[in-house]
Amino acid sequence: MPALVEGRTGAWEVVIGLEAHAQVISKAKLFSGAATAFGAEPNTQVSLVDAAFPGMLPVINRHCVEQAVKTGLGLAAEINLVSVFDRKNYFYADLPAGYQISQYTRPVVGKGRITLDMTDGSTREIGITRLHLEQDAGKSLHDQHPTRTYVDLNRAGVALMEIVSEPDLRSAEEAGAYLRKLRSILRYLGTCDGNMEEGSLRCDCNVSVRRPGAPLGTRCEIKNVNSIRYVMQAIEYEARRQIELVEDGGAVEQETRLFDAGKGITRPMRSKEHAHDYRYFPDPDLLPLRLDPDWVEALRHGLPELPDAKRARFISDYRLSPEDADVLIGERASADYFEAVARGRDPKLAANWVMVELFGVLNRLGRGIESSPVSSVMLGELLDLIQDGTLSGRLGKEVFAAMVDTGKRAAAIVEERGLKQVSDSGAIEAAVDTVLAAQADKVAEYRAGREKLFGFFVGQVMKATQGKANPALLNEVLRKKLAG
Amino acid sequence: MTLTDLTIAEARTGLKKRSFSARELTAAHLAAVEAARPLNAFLVETPERALSMAEASDARLARGEPRAMEGMPLAIKDLFCTEGVLTTAGSRILEGFRPPYESTVTANLWQAGAVMLGKVNMDEFAMGSANITCAHGPVESPWRRHGDNRPLVPGGSSGGSAAAVAARAAIAAIGTDTGGSIRQPASFCGIVGMKPTYGRCSRWGIVAFASSLDQAGPMTRSVRDAAIMLGAMAGHDPRDSTSAAMPVPDFEAALTGDIRGLKIGIPREYRLDGMPSEIETLWQRGIDWLKSAGAELVDISLKMTKYALPAYYIIAPAEASSNLARYDGVRFGLRVPGETLDEMYENTRGAGFGEEVRRRVLIGTYVLSAGYYDAYYLKAQRVRTLIARDFAEAFTRCDAMLTPTAPSAAFAMGEKQDDPIAMYLNDIFTVPVNLAGLPGISVPAGLSSDGLPLGLQVIGRAFDEETVLRVAGVIESAAAFTAKPDLAGGGR
Repeated sequence: MPALVEGRTGAWEVVIGLEAHAQVISKAKLFSGAATAFGAEPNTQVSLVDAAFPGMLPVINRHCVEQAVKTGLGLAAEINLVSVFDRKNYFYADLPAGYQISQYTRPVVGKGRITLDMTDGSTREIGITRLHLEQDAGKSLHDQHPTRTYVDLNRAGVALMEIVSEPDLRSAEEAGAYLRKLRSILRYLGTCDGNMEEGSLRCDCNVSVRRPGAPLGTRCEIKNVNSIRYVMQAIEYEARRQIELVEDGGAVEQETRLFDAGKGITRPMRSKEHAHDYRYFPDPDLLPLRLDPDWVEALRHGLPELPDAKRARFISDYRLSPEDADVLIGERASADYFEAVARGRDPKLAANWVMVELFGVLNRLGRGIESSPVSSVMLGELLDLIQDGTLSGRLGKEVFAAMVDTGKRAAAIVEERGLKQVSDSGAIEAAVDTVLAAQADKVAEYRAGREKLFGFFVGQVMKATQGKANPALLNEVLRKKLAG
Repeated sequence: MTLTDLTIAEARTGLKKRSFSARELTAAHLAAVEAARPLNAFLVETPERALSMAEASDARLARGEPRAMEGMPLAIKDLFCTEGVLTTAGSRILEGFRPPYESTVTANLWQAGAVMLGKVNMDEFAMGSANITCAHGPVESPWRRHGDNRPLVPGGSSGGSAAAVAARAAIAAIGTDTGGSIRQPASFCGIVGMKPTYGRCSRWGIVAFASSLDQAGPMTRSVRDAAIMLGAMAGHDPRDSTSAAMPVPDFEAALTGDIRGLKIGIPREYRLDGMPSEIETLWQRGIDWLKSAGAELVDISLKMTKYALPAYYIIAPAEASSNLARYDGVRFGLRVPGETLDEMYENTRGAGFGEEVRRRVLIGTYVLSAGYYDAYYLKAQRVRTLIARDFAEAFTRCDAMLTPTAPSAAFAMGEKQDDPIAMYLNDIFTVPVNLAGLPGISVPAGLSSDGLPLGLQVIGRAFDEETVLRVAGVIESAAAFTAKPDLAGGGR
């Protein structure tokens, strides 16, 4: 069911298509050997090709093509065995050649799809129109000098995948879910790190509104939005703006707009009259890109398990709830971590420990799972100690905290601190006897019917044993003793 | 013996026999370069570099390790980027540009032992057929009409290269050919000029005019020299995606002189109305020479010929308009400041580009524009495909073709200059070869009634330069062209 927005004069449907620009994970640029690392000193990662010196020629980077094809396969898309690089011509100081090499009429990847899991448990298929390879431009720095603009060409020529969705999205929430899913797929494939802060995933949003069932309205394109939250805010604002405009008797003009994150609004960048005529034509410096079908098949077979498949498997194999599965598959590294811990152990226990204890610590430390202070092997060892009764759950948490602080293994900490659970019934009986003797009045109350006091006795014995008493055994002994 | 009259093949023998040293050979040419200054062929002279390269050649000769082009003093068209040496493509916009890199073709030649005399003049960005569009002034041909001292054009765009070789100021030169820019000036100046198959020579480091058409080639005083030099220039270059991964044959070995049984196509569409009768006569003479050498002459048809020039004058400017966008005043070459970025672009490009370049950038921008692309660019590309198909079909019936190189002999400076169309017609026989990506060569075959050289063109199948050279060699022998220009060696 498309989500409708209620306006002053009735219901509106918001129609959204997204163009994501995903930076390809590659050591070298799309058509040159220059490096691509983020954050280098300005103009230190620039080849003569990137700076468009006279007579310099582009040579396609095979790895970038492989990344694009992998991504296409991950989006269940058609792979075009022949594609063409075109020149998109426009003048700008950070576009050294005066054209961007892109793919216009014949992209490397054709139609595909992304499945969104909606909060109500249903799914939505969003069409992918195409994916093409193109070069990034450089960066103009307007704040370095009062009257001059500086240009940093480090980014010029870096490979981008432009991933275009069909206008299938119907709300800001869906757009957010789409981008999260896309980012997750890209990260699983290792083709884009999805890091929006560093600009390796940016998004243009095409937004229009219409009455339900009516033909598509005029769209506005919001350029270069660089976080999922901003994408959702921008769409929210833009849809509302268009509805109000039309309801007030105006008409939406096709234009390019910018999102002002500070004010949470979109404003016009250039209108259609000022739109560039990019004069696309096939780049005569490059031959058509021809892919060997066997090579594509080999890539297909080498694809990692993707989020949808992993989610389904976690639910069926580990009996996880869809919600828990969603949390665990969000990042490939989390899913891998969980699986390493769950292997040969109780999956539910493993899932809880990863999601609650581990994620809690990582959140607190502000670290990703890749740099977790406790490895999956170490967490597994801890869970083994819990499962075999060496540690109670409570002691386990204590040991875990110590593991985080010291980086030591669970067994070492247990040994060092003498935290081993006491499962010797004689020792527990002695402790229970001491407690019951000291609390004779409470014992009388209990026996008179105040059974709630059971917990109090457990607590006292635990205190006396520094929490090391095996809880099951303690319960059994205590119950017996109290019964008299 | 005049060292500057030697061909590459002759100089090679002389060097091997120690009749003279590479240094002497280079020094003689450096003197000729100086003497030829009135022609305005050389933009940059590099005598110190030339002499030190020649000395290195002498050292290798002394060790008995001469290479293919050992000690051969060459003139380099200013379109080739040469490391540390001013490279302007004949344009003001590249004022002061010294590339920090060496083009593949020139690097190959230096690797083969050749010596660089300097950079030679050309039409701005290789756009022109008379060498009058260069920012550094026109090049004068060393030739004069009988009884007429008016300066003539050397042809273009490789006019400086052709003039230098004809004037004996360089033993050979490299040019580039986008629509005839090697063959037409070769014809005008009475030398051999070859455009190899597209992809035979790397375009890396050559200032681009029209990327799908540009090709470097040798300009020499004999067919054998062209074969020797092409062998040194050619080869696959992974830095040029359009460079062919094909082995380079021994082109010189192809010069057997034996063309018995070879089928030579004569394209009937190349007989133009109003073509000077002396061109007709020359062509017929060429046909007769090949026939008496045992070749079989075949009448063939290249139906799309009349569409070649219009298609070329859409495709080449389209590519040029994009290729020349990088000359924007931001990173290298000329910058004329302005209040805004757009104003800086306008000022820089307005001041930096000459009239012909501006014309072609505008044409190219127009034919690629929304709404015109299909009618012009796309249609021209279809025509191009049909032209290539015409040739492919014709080559099922013949092994090579013989045509005139240009519809006329050289003209005087000032003639044809107010009418771009008349100028473009110079390339009517050469342009289809570029559009089809085929090899073509111009061989001096005779003189016009007023004493100017005329060339014949041999066209071959893609990557069959060997047959082209073999046929050209037969024409060369039969024509026995020995005329020398008035200004050869700097004197009259």
